[in-house]
Amino acid sequence: MAGLELLSDQGYRVDGRRAGELRKIQARMGVFAQADGSAYIEQGNTKALAVVYGPHEIRGSRARALPDRALVNCQYSSATFSTGERKRRPHGDRKSCEMGLQLRQTFEAAILTQLHPRSQIDIYVQADGGTYAACVNAATLAVLDAGIPMRDFVCACSAGFVDGTALADLSHVEEAAGGPQLALALLPASGQIALLEMDARLHEDHLERVLEAAAQAARDVHTLLDRVVRQHVREASILLGD
Amino acid sequence: MKETPLSNCERRFLLRAIEEKKRLDGRQTYDYRNIRISFGTDYGCCIVELGKTRVLGQVSCELVSPKLNRATEGILFFNLELSQMAAPAFEPGRQSDLLVKLNRLMERCLRNSKCIDTESLCVVAGEKVWQIRVDLHLLNHDGNIIDAASIAAIVALCHFRRPDVSVQGDEVTLYTPEERDPVPLSIHHMPICVSFAFFQQGTYLLVDPNEREERVMDGLLVIAMNKHREICTIQSSGGIMLLKDQVLRCSKIAGVKVAEITELILKALENDQKVRKEGGKFGFAESIANQRITAFKMEKAPIDTSDVEEKAEEIIAEAEPPSEVVSTPVLWTPGTAQIGEGVENSWGDLEDSEKEDDEGGGDQAIILDGIKMDTGVEVSDIGSQGGPKHWKNGADAPIILSDSEEEEMIILEPDKNPKKIRTQTTSAKQEKAPSKKPVKRRKKKRAAN
Repeated sequence: MAGLELLSDQGYRVDGRRAGELRKIQARMGVFAQADGSAYIEQGNTKALAVVYGPHEIRGSRARALPDRALVNCQYSSATFSTGERKRRPHGDRKSCEMGLQLRQTFEAAILTQLHPRSQIDIYVQADGGTYAACVNAATLAVLDAGIPMRDFVCACSAGFVDGTALADLSHVEEAAGGPQLALALLPASGQIALLEMDARLHEDHLERVLEAAAQAARDVHTLLDRVVRQHVREASILLGD
Repeated sequence: MKETPLSNCERRFLLRAIEEKKRLDGRQTYDYRNIRISFGTDYGCCIVELGKTRVLGQVSCELVSPKLNRATEGILFFNLELSQMAAPAFEPGRQSDLLVKLNRLMERCLRNSKCIDTESLCVVAGEKVWQIRVDLHLLNHDGNIIDAASIAAIVALCHFRRPDVSVQGDEVTLYTPEERDPVPLSIHHMPICVSFAFFQQGTYLLVDPNEREERVMDGLLVIAMNKHREICTIQSSGGIMLLKDQVLRCSKIAGVKVAEITELILKALENDQKVRKEGGKFGFAESIANQRITAFKMEKAPIDTSDVEEKAEEIIAEAEPPSEVVSTPVLWTPGTAQIGEGVENSWGDLEDSEKEDDEGGGDQAIILDGIKMDTGVEVSDIGSQGGPKHWKNGADAPIILSDSEEEEMIILEPDKNPKKIRTQTTSAKQEKAPSKKPVKRRKKKRAAN
């Protein structure tokens, strides 16, 4: 896109944000009645819906049961109307498989699987705009809604690098421009990185700044998600009449 | 077939060795295995060996119509296949997780980093572009597939020559290799993946894990860089928790390694280029040195065997006869006694005199131990009766040949005994008890010695 400045001279991005600002996040928990846990999150224009079933008995082959831990199963699908061109095959293609694998890896590290041996936890995510960060945030809320014990929140955010400045929370325009993109999933309390993924060329010297920007943005996401969870619990307890 | 699980012993051994900064093959923490690059006769074909991991890379090209939203760019297609010859666990239906992960990593490393100028692959905008297809086949899996595959891909791409095309107005002419020399692809930079394996929740890290180390690792971090120290891809997998400074440290190490590997690649390409120009022989057949085809053949060590018979007779004549077994009970503590010293390991000695001695000692011991057994006197009584029975059946006592506690010991005798012994041992569990006892007794004897 010629002529489109990702970062103006005054430091404003295309949508008017500053370099470290996040997009507006709105989230709701408990969207589905029949699932054990569910959540819906909107991050700017990206919308993600996550549903959690479990822990329950292993379906399918019993041989996959792990004797000391729970099995976490994640599936990702993107809506056909989510991208610029209508996608004909939302599941089963390589990108969805990879996203599912990465989600599984992130949550296997975060969920205390030792507490539920020989069981299975299913996480289904459907995203519009397909970014990893929104999926992870939605899945975190859904797992919390289902009451499955986790070490800590898993907060994810993307970051990029343009003109010597690190940008946090990339929108679609910024992603499509083709600069370096970093997706980071963080456990905020300990600062440990559950998953790190980066694309396109970035000079090694700038890596630290981009990592720091992504980590800070993830911590901001954590504050927001924390507020959402507390609000939800407050509502639930009011309805129960305490 | 299913992968053989790693035994706990091996796992512990590997982890302990890593804690002491030792690796199985003697490398240091940050060392790579030997990399060997060999080229085939066609342009674009190469085999990369990283230690024992082998990847074959082949590049081919085709004229196709471009994608609708990218009308002026060529198409790059990557495909990594885990051949069944690479490891017994790789079967056509079974490898999906690993395959998806590796393929996506290759795609992101090579396509998203724009190492190849796709606009130069355009012939006629909107109608005809080159589609470059890179096929990678894993021939042998000894760990760290991703590094070997990325090296193979980039080497094959650098080595490849596509047919020359010229456009004059509306006319497009495609020249065959005979008419005009084929043209190399325009490659901006060479991204190479470096893998770091983490152990013990991120306390220890190794570069270039081999297959055993991969099995015990907690997680893997792959960083793809080029020699200008630009990071092309980072991917952490396996559920490890990283810290920011670990990532930064790994990227520094990766920078150093990538510089070395890039040098190696350039040298290999140069050598091949030189050989082809000078008209020398090239190709896979030439790259296998003559001594290596028969690599597992050892030269015969010259040994003079003419006087073996005499020497053997001497040794037997000078050897003392085995000591006789004396059946006097030795009281260790009240309640435990030992009679005899158990059956000797008389492998190879088939003389009758010895067998009779053993038989005598054996019989008495069985009866005594049988009475002392705690678990159900009846059981052992039956067993002890069954025991001596089958010992006495033939003139020969069964000769115990091994120390193992195997239940069904089938002792090979030239006589009629083997069948009888077998039926008795398989018929009832009690029979197994007597056969176990002689073994236990032998162990006591060893301990006393």
